[in-house]
Amino acid sequence: MIEITELSKRFGANEVLRGVDLTVRDGEIFAVIGPSGSGKSTLLRIVNLLETPSSGCVRIDGTDIHAADRQISIRRGMGMVFQKPVVFSTTVFENVAAGLRIRGMSEAAIRSRVKEALELIGLADRAEQNARTLSGGEMQRVAVARALVTDPVLLLMDEPTANLDPIATENIEDLIRRINRDYGTTLILTTHDLLQGQRLAHRMGVMIEGGFAQVGTPREIFSEPNTRSVARFVGMENILEGRVTARDRGVATVDVGGTPVTAPTDIPAGEEVCLCIRPEDITLYRAGADTGSARNAYSGRVTSVRSLGPLSHVGVDCGFAVAALVTWKAVDDLGLCTGAEVQVAFKASAVHVVRQAEEER
Amino acid sequence: MNEIIEAFFQAVELIVTLDPAVMEIAARSLIISLSATIIATAIAIPLGFLIYVHEFTGKKMLINLIQTLYALPTVIVGLFVFVFISRAGPLGFLGLLFTPTAMVIAQTVLILPIMTGLTISALSGVDPTIRDTIRSLGANTRQYLALLVREARFAILAAVVVGFSRAIAEVGAAIMIGGNTKTSAFWTSTRVLTTAISLETSMGNIEFSMALGIILLAIALVVNLVLMTVQQR
Repeated sequence: MIEITELSKRFGANEVLRGVDLTVRDGEIFAVIGPSGSGKSTLLRIVNLLETPSSGCVRIDGTDIHAADRQISIRRGMGMVFQKPVVFSTTVFENVAAGLRIRGMSEAAIRSRVKEALELIGLADRAEQNARTLSGGEMQRVAVARALVTDPVLLLMDEPTANLDPIATENIEDLIRRINRDYGTTLILTTHDLLQGQRLAHRMGVMIEGGFAQVGTPREIFSEPNTRSVARFVGMENILEGRVTARDRGVATVDVGGTPVTAPTDIPAGEEVCLCIRPEDITLYRAGADTGSARNAYSGRVTSVRSLGPLSHVGVDCGFAVAALVTWKAVDDLGLCTGAEVQVAFKASAVHVVRQAEEER
Repeated sequence: MNEIIEAFFQAVELIVTLDPAVMEIAARSLIISLSATIIATAIAIPLGFLIYVHEFTGKKMLINLIQTLYALPTVIVGLFVFVFISRAGPLGFLGLLFTPTAMVIAQTVLILPIMTGLTISALSGVDPTIRDTIRSLGANTRQYLALLVREARFAILAAVVVGFSRAIAEVGAAIMIGGNTKTSAFWTSTRVLTTAISLETSMGNIEFSMALGIILLAIALVVNLVLMTVQQR
């Protein structure tokens, strides 16, 4: 088990981590997600003993790893894969063998372990090739094998797919799942791609400005972000500020700049709140049309239409500004263009309410 | 124009027929510059490594100084070595002036800074992620440095090649310390490619100079081809 307590790291005047607390359980895949520069890499580098914390500690199975005087042997119990795919300028085989040679393992043991690792990453037939001639995705697979072959109890991966194309990314993700499933390796990975976190992780933490804003299962984080910045990061593009004016059995009316919005919450009347709504949960109707069962329906005017591949992003002003994601067909059928009149509707259950005050942590 | 073309063909003829005078000069040039390169390598690579590894006050200044000496004028080296080995100098009793040995010394001094500096650059130039990877794999300090040198080996080899190229191409020190002498014995003469080109040209032996020039360029070409092949392997 990895326990991180009150961990802080400063580089000069720049405070990169501020009081990080986290427990990672044995055998789980934990994803640290967050925007670039939020301190994710620094956290992993501290766990891998590549950086020393300014304060706080990291315990692995009870041992404070930075205080211990056998840092090299502690480090040899972990493996790390870096964002940039790099290989040593030698053969694929020797790359994977590097960690084993450092550990002074016998030639026969090296042969069999490297062979197994190369089969796992699908490069067994290219063992003697110069690793520098591999593609980026292949190099990253070599990096994974190089870290894995030493049989670490903890594998750290810092944005392992950030520099790779979608197919290479899929390969690496598949590898990560298999490593965790077949070897029971505990994995901590960082990513700025929240969907990757959702695909891979058992639990994840959203790191914002050097601290975890929320830790939970992907489902919890995606459906119930507990602060506005987490909501923003997980794709809840519409964040409306308002005040609870009335509340009845878990359903409140929130005043958003003079417009009432119905939303489920236990936050009492009088509190300042943010209403978070995914753009895909907002439905647009022709002006004057029946908006069905949605509790929240407003007339508005289109302010922008932007194509995003198969979907279009439509901005509407209906007393407050909202963005909706709709199909191309809907854009045509509803005649959506800047200035057009539309009806905006969303269910009360599509609104996630957080206290504004929670942001100031 | 015709004269130039004619001289060129005569030069080629001198090379193809393995003209003894031309071959002797080329061989001596290679021996002297290779010797200087080997000695400089034996000093510069360990020295560069030590400077790279150790942290000390004035390290930056020292590296700056070394880099400044990349452009060390060959005649300054010639003058410096001359002062030491001329009859009146502190090493005058060795009688080294106008000997191939003296030329080796001068060329070694000339290429030491650039080879040391490029060795330091080669080691500092290893990708930071490679460094992190080595440490992350659990290397101790000795293993870390060994792997670092292994990663930098092609860049260090390039430093050696640059040193050799500078040694074989320089003329200032060779003429001041060697004197372009032509004696009856191979080991006491000091005529090398550059000094011979310089003097034969002034004497009007254009085809002879051209032959030596072609050989000099060919040596540079071969050395670079070898380096490229090794680096791409």
